[in-house]
Amino acid sequence: MKLHVLRPLWVAIGLVGLILVSRQFLVPDDFGVHGRNFTYGYHRLSNIQEWKDFPVKHRGREFCVECHEENVSKLNASVHAPVECENCHGPAVNHPDDQENLVLDTTRGLCLRCHAWLDYPNSARGDLVSIEDKRHRRRRECIECHNPHDPREEEE
Amino acid sequence: MTCSRRDFLKNTVGSSLVSALPLSAFTLISSAEAAAALDEAKVRWAFLVDTTACVGCGMCVKACKNENEIPYDAPVTRTWVERYVMTKDGKTHIDSPLGGRDGFIDDKIRDEEIDPADIDKAFFVPKLCNQCENPACVQVCPVGATYQTNDGVVLIDREWCIGCGYCIMACPYGVRFFHPEAKVADKCNFCYHRISKGMDPACVESCAFGARRIANLEDPDDPVANIIRTERVAVLKDEYGTKPHVFYLGLDAGVR
Repeated sequence: MKLHVLRPLWVAIGLVGLILVSRQFLVPDDFGVHGRNFTYGYHRLSNIQEWKDFPVKHRGREFCVECHEENVSKLNASVHAPVECENCHGPAVNHPDDQENLVLDTTRGLCLRCHAWLDYPNSARGDLVSIEDKRHRRRRECIECHNPHDPREEEE
Repeated sequence: MTCSRRDFLKNTVGSSLVSALPLSAFTLISSAEAAAALDEAKVRWAFLVDTTACVGCGMCVKACKNENEIPYDAPVTRTWVERYVMTKDGKTHIDSPLGGRDGFIDDKIRDEEIDPADIDKAFFVPKLCNQCENPACVQVCPVGATYQTNDGVVLIDREWCIGCGYCIMACPYGVRFFHPEAKVADKCNFCYHRISKGMDPACVESCAFGARRIANLEDPDDPVANIIRTERVAVLKDEYGTKPHVFYLGLDAGVR
């Protein structure tokens, strides 16, 4: 066969070889089948550890109680005990080192998430103490009268 | 070629014995591999949602966005809460403004006023990634950027993802989205950084009503896994055969 017919074949073989060689350098060593099988477990193994190292933002009330024992124990004794501190105060992240003050949400909208009256007979919403947003002291913030750490306090 | 009767019988018995052995009997694994396989098999993460307990406060969505660095005002979220209102005329009204991030404080649904007297039933359904046993999203990834870990969670390799969006199309539950800042596909991973440290996912911790709980199905003493085993639970879109691992208590047939 004539040489010019074979020439594209050498180019093609050369390209395949180039890809195979560069693949050795570009694909990480830990890339391969690690999980169940090729279909579900073909990946870079070190990525699992990367996700485990993702920073935690919400530290939980076990962290808050270390300094704010008075507030946490008051909350724990109230009807609001199931509500996490960070739901209203925002995630603690590196508080108090990097972040001295947390972003506290004191708006009416935050309380209304649970306490706005919705007439839904099959939802647990109906079991909560609720207000009609349009009728109950429309222009006031809830915390002007109610203490979120112990909502029953003012009623007595 | 000559073959004595003795040789013929010997070869016949020998070869039939060899062919009867399964190929897997010859797979050799080191003792370390065997130990690791046994150790990892002790975890299979699953999730339990109690729709009867959910009040639609949306604290889970807020906590999830803050915990997982999802842009707060972008219309994408790893978990969301849907509101279902079924009226006497047979209609189902569904909404999830901003994924329920700010809760449901208005009784209007998509600007439509609904008379409470017309309501048959109304409830909230939290949704998140189902961490399927047969995840369709993983099967379609052309580069091996998304995968299933040995504890059942489907993760996305942000360095390896090329952002083609096949997985976003493939998920029957619509839990995947394009992360506007990381420029890759993204979805709920049960807060893998938290559960691998023994903490609850951010949405579970922030739920004041116990509507969201995490379970290890391989642990016989796990109280939540026992609820999944012993109580009447349902999953979403069972007909797709993906074997989802988010189980629902009190799931209505009208939930899509």
